[in-house]
Amino acid sequence: MSEWKSVAEIAASVKSGEVSARSLVEKSLSLIEKHSEFNSIIAVIKDRALERADIVDTKVKSGEELGRLAGVPFIAKDNFLVFGAETTAASNILKGFEAPYQATAVEKLEAEGAICVAKANLDAFAHGSSTENSDFMTTLNPRDKTRVPGGSSGGSAAAVALDLAPFSLGTDTGGSIRLPASFCGVVGYKPSYGLVSRSGVVAMASSTDVIGPIAKDVSDVALVLECMAGKDPLDGTTIDRDDKSYADLPDVDMNGMTVGVIKEFMADGLDPGVREVIEVAIEKYKSRGATIKEVSIPSIGLALAVYYVLCPAEVSSNLSRYDGQRYGFSDPDAKSLDTSYGESRSVGFGDEAKRRIMIGTYVLSSGYYDAYYQRAQLVRTKLVKEFEAAFTGVDILLGPTAPMTAFEIGANTEDPLQMYLIDIMTVAANLVGAPSISIPAGESEGLPVGLQLISPQKSDRQLLAFAKSSEENLV
Amino acid sequence: MAKITEDDVRKLAKLSSISLTDEQVAKFKDELSAIVGYVDQLASVDVSGLEPTLQVSGLVNVMREDEVQEYASQEELLKNAPDREGNLIKVKRVLE
Repeated sequence: MSEWKSVAEIAASVKSGEVSARSLVEKSLSLIEKHSEFNSIIAVIKDRALERADIVDTKVKSGEELGRLAGVPFIAKDNFLVFGAETTAASNILKGFEAPYQATAVEKLEAEGAICVAKANLDAFAHGSSTENSDFMTTLNPRDKTRVPGGSSGGSAAAVALDLAPFSLGTDTGGSIRLPASFCGVVGYKPSYGLVSRSGVVAMASSTDVIGPIAKDVSDVALVLECMAGKDPLDGTTIDRDDKSYADLPDVDMNGMTVGVIKEFMADGLDPGVREVIEVAIEKYKSRGATIKEVSIPSIGLALAVYYVLCPAEVSSNLSRYDGQRYGFSDPDAKSLDTSYGESRSVGFGDEAKRRIMIGTYVLSSGYYDAYYQRAQLVRTKLVKEFEAAFTGVDILLGPTAPMTAFEIGANTEDPLQMYLIDIMTVAANLVGAPSISIPAGESEGLPVGLQLISPQKSDRQLLAFAKSSEENLV
Repeated sequence: MAKITEDDVRKLAKLSSISLTDEQVAKFKDELSAIVGYVDQLASVDVSGLEPTLQVSGLVNVMREDEVQEYASQEELLKNAPDREGNLIKVKRVLE
């Protein structure tokens, strides 16, 4: 039984005066404290959250207009710039950093009355698939403390699974919202590239980074998306949003739908327990009248290689700003600018950040650029075209979110490459800019299994409608 | 394709302004070699007739008016500087 009603119901109860925003913030803070052993939270925002709650409660009493998320507490991944606590991106190089402005997405949610109560743990700079790369601590999977919550938005997903708040915010560059959502048994939404502003979110790989909501069900995720989506003058990569509301979703008649199961995702290497859950889900769609087709995306097996060229390249560029001069950790003993750069970055960055920066530098360097970076961009084009072709025959693509359920802490930390392979099913959607969602589909040996749905770029409303309708199947 | 050598790692570390110990150089050499080895599979893919994908937003030339706006949060920005003097951020000596 959830601690929280739906996001819409919570806002309604605050607006009617039935429940005070302050009591909701206090409830969230107390749940955060109760479940602190799971290490999902880096910092709590107590004072400012209570101040904002009081503002909402005052408006209720004076009959002022309130937003669609009035009084709803939420938790933001610690790569979102938010007032009231440090923003660290779980990296030593940003310890002590206080945001001079807030992420546009957070500003929009606050304008609707939502209240940020805490910052969630992540793999440092969002580099990872398990949250084990956090420079501070590893988040534990709420279902099994010996296992990871997935990553990089592991803290955000665990927070929702633990009921610390009705929703959280994550980022997804190669699967970092969907994967932890799958491992923790919650809904994680990756919007179309450009649908939500990234201003004020620590950049990782700018050609695939998106931000998105994590919550218990599709309705909640859809309402949060509705409040965040839209062009932002501060982010030149934002696209036009749908005229219609993302929260007002049409019913989907499964009889008219064609679902494409991605052949390459159902091949060997898929955990048998995960396969079973997905196959049962497919049967349920069939029994509701959906047409099921097997779809091949021949280059999808190359997506991970493309990603691990392009992503580190973009990371190496985005992380060059952390130079110990204007903000963040600075080596106190450095005598010259050069050594200041080198030592500050050496001490401040963890191993994974260093790996990605160096791989990125390699693939972009003279003599290697054509063979690696440009080649990856060409193969990316292949993927874009294959997805376009796939969508001419089906409405939605389907597959598991990950080849396995939550693995044990430490199981994949010896070999960086082995950890990269966890993303094998999620990266393709990032490379082609398509919206994608992971919804809980069942369990394998007591651990959650996520079903991944992907739809054409900019068809977020359709995807959310289909996903909401799918929840009936999968309860 | 060539494996990554310790020399390569040192060059990459220099280019990206990260100082590494000899131990780290040796460790990263193996890890980076494995990663580059994995992405080498892209070399044999048929990409004839294709253009590189630079971005997937479809946007071109997003413009705004070139007008000066007052920025009120200078103190918030400067507050994070490791070393400052008044309204200036202080850095280490650049030239000998």
